[in-house]
Amino acid sequence: MNTEESRQIIMENYLNPQNRNHPHDGYQEVNTRNVSCIDNINLYIKWNNNKIEDITFEGEACAVSISSTSIMIKNLIGKTKEEALEYIHEFYKMTNGKTFNKEMLQDACCYEEISKQGNRKVCANLPLKGMEKAILEKLK
Amino acid sequence: MNREDFPLLKEEIIYFDNSATSLKPKCVIDKMADYYTNYPANAHRGDYDLSYKVDQEYEETRELVKKFINAKYLEEIVFTSGTTESLNMIVNGFFEPLLEAGDEVLLTTSEHASNILPWFRLANKKGIKLNYIPLDNNYYVTIDNLKKVITPQTKVISIAGITNVIGDIRPVKEICKLAHENNVFVVLDGAQMVPHCKVDVKDLDVDFLAFSAHKMCGPTGVGVLYGKKELLEHLEPTLLGGGMNESFDNPSEIYLKELPTRLEAGTRNISGVIGFGEAIKYLEKIGMDNIHKREHDLRKYLIDKLLLLKHIDIINIESDSGIVTFNVSNIFSQDVAYYLNKYNICVRAGNHCAKILKSSVGVNNTVRVSIYFYNTYEEIDNLVELLSDYDKIVKEMI
Ligand SMILES: Cc1ncc(COP(=O)(O)O)c(C=O)c1O
Repeated sequence: MNTEESRQIIMENYLNPQNRNHPHDGYQEVNTRNVSCIDNINLYIKWNNNKIEDITFEGEACAVSISSTSIMIKNLIGKTKEEALEYIHEFYKMTNGKTFNKEMLQDACCYEEISKQGNRKVCANLPLKGMEKAILEKLK
Repeated sequence: MNREDFPLLKEEIIYFDNSATSLKPKCVIDKMADYYTNYPANAHRGDYDLSYKVDQEYEETRELVKKFINAKYLEEIVFTSGTTESLNMIVNGFFEPLLEAGDEVLLTTSEHASNILPWFRLANKKGIKLNYIPLDNNYYVTIDNLKKVITPQTKVISIAGITNVIGDIRPVKEICKLAHENNVFVVLDGAQMVPHCKVDVKDLDVDFLAFSAHKMCGPTGVGVLYGKKELLEHLEPTLLGGGMNESFDNPSEIYLKELPTRLEAGTRNISGVIGFGEAIKYLEKIGMDNIHKREHDLRKYLIDKLLLLKHIDIINIESDSGIVTFNVSNIFSQDVAYYLNKYNICVRAGNHCAKILKSSVGVNNTVRVSIYFYNTYEEIDNLVELLSDYDKIVKEMI
C-alpha cells in the first residue's frame, strides 16, 4: 500500500469512524489508554458465545488511534476469540516492523509505514491492546 | 539571545518545550564532565585533596542558590532530586506530623500532579480537607477569591508560582501576606517560576519553595528544597542513611546531623549539583530580568500572530510567562504536535500533568509552546507559518 492510499484510509476512518457510539445493554466494556500519550478509548463488545457480534467505541484520541479503532472494528466483527487474537498478533508484528500476513490485516496495512514514526506505533496499537485485554478477560 | 552557548541549537531544531525541560549550555555540560574526569570523589567523606575539591564545589552551589533566591541562611538550602521530591518531603516530613483531621489545605485545579498527589495521599491518610481556590475567567488566582476560601481551619496554601499549563504568574507576595495574617503556611511550587523570573524568598516571605535544576539550564535529577530555618528544623527526614547521621547505637539512640546535611541522606547527585551551580552562574550573567523581558516580548509576538488565525483557539491569551497553550479547531492536540515534529519543531501535547484542570478549562488536551530566552522571532515565524495553513495541517498530520 503506498503512502497516499494509507493516508486516505486513515483519514476516512478518522473522519467517519465505524460505530462511534454508546452501546445498549449487554456489552463488555474495556478502557484502553497509554502512559506516554493522551489517547483514551472505551471499547464495547457484544459477544455471541465465542463470536464477536458487535463492537462500538467512545473516547478522545489522535487520528491514528481513532482510525485504527474504526478499522479494527470493521475487521473483527464476526470473528471468534481465537481468530481475533490471531489478527491482533499479526497487527503487532506489522507495527514492530516484522513480516506479517497482509491478507489477514486488509485495510489495516495502512499503518505499516506510519508506525515507524516516533510514538505513532503506540497510537496504532492502542485499540488492539484494549481488544486483547477484553478477550483475555473472557477466556479466563 | 545566547544561542551560541547551546550545542543543540547548532542543529536544525526548534525547541519549544522548555516547560518540560530546558536545553543545557556547554558550560554546564563541561562542568559536569570536568567533575567526572578530574575529581570524581564522594562528598563529605575523604580526607584527601580530590574529595576536598568536591566538597568545595558542592557547597559553592549551595552558596549560589542561597544568593540566587536571596535566602537568609545557608542551612535553608537542601539539595533534592527535583521539585517532586522537594514537595513530597515538605508534605510528608513537615505537614504530615503537624496537621490534624479537619485541617484544610488550599490548592488550585491548575496545579501539577507533583503538588496534588502528595496532598491527596495525606488527605486519605489523615482526614485533612483539600479545597481549591477558585480561578477567575482567565484562570488566575486573585486575592479576592483566596479570601473567600480561607477559613479558620485553613493551615496551608500550596500553589505554583507560575502554572505549567496556563502560565499565569500568581501574586505570591500578596498571597503570603494574607496567609500569614491568618496563620497559614505557604508552600510555593517554583518549578516554572524560578527559571523564568527573579524569585526572592525573603521579599515574598514564602515558607517553603521547591524547584528543579533541569528547567533552568541545569542537569536532571537535582532540585532544591528551601524552607525557613525555624520550619526546616522540624522537617523529619524521609530518608535515613549515610551522611546525615551523627551517631547511632540502637533504635533509641540515633543522633542526626544539623541542617541541611540531615536532609541529604546517601550519596547525592554530586555532578548534578556541581553542574547546577554553573547553570546558576550562567543565568545570573544573562540576568533574570533580561530573561523575563525577553520571554515576555517573544510571547507577545507569538500571541499577536496566532490571534490572526481563525482556526487557532488560544486558551491563555492573557498571561505573562513564556507559556502559550492552544488548540487547532477539530484537530487533536497530539496530531498537531506530530505535524510540527515533521518540521523539527518540538512542542508538547496533552494535559501537561494538570489532570484536574479540565474541570475549570473544559478542555482535556492542548498544544503547549513554552519559550525560553534562547528562542527567536524567526522560530516563532516558522511555527506560525506552519500553523497558518489549516489544510496543510490536516494533510500532513499523519
Ligand atoms: C509546575 C510544576 N510543578 C512541578 C513539576 C515537577 O518537576 P520535576 O519533574 O522536575 O520534579 C513541574 C514539571 O513539569 C511543573 O511544571
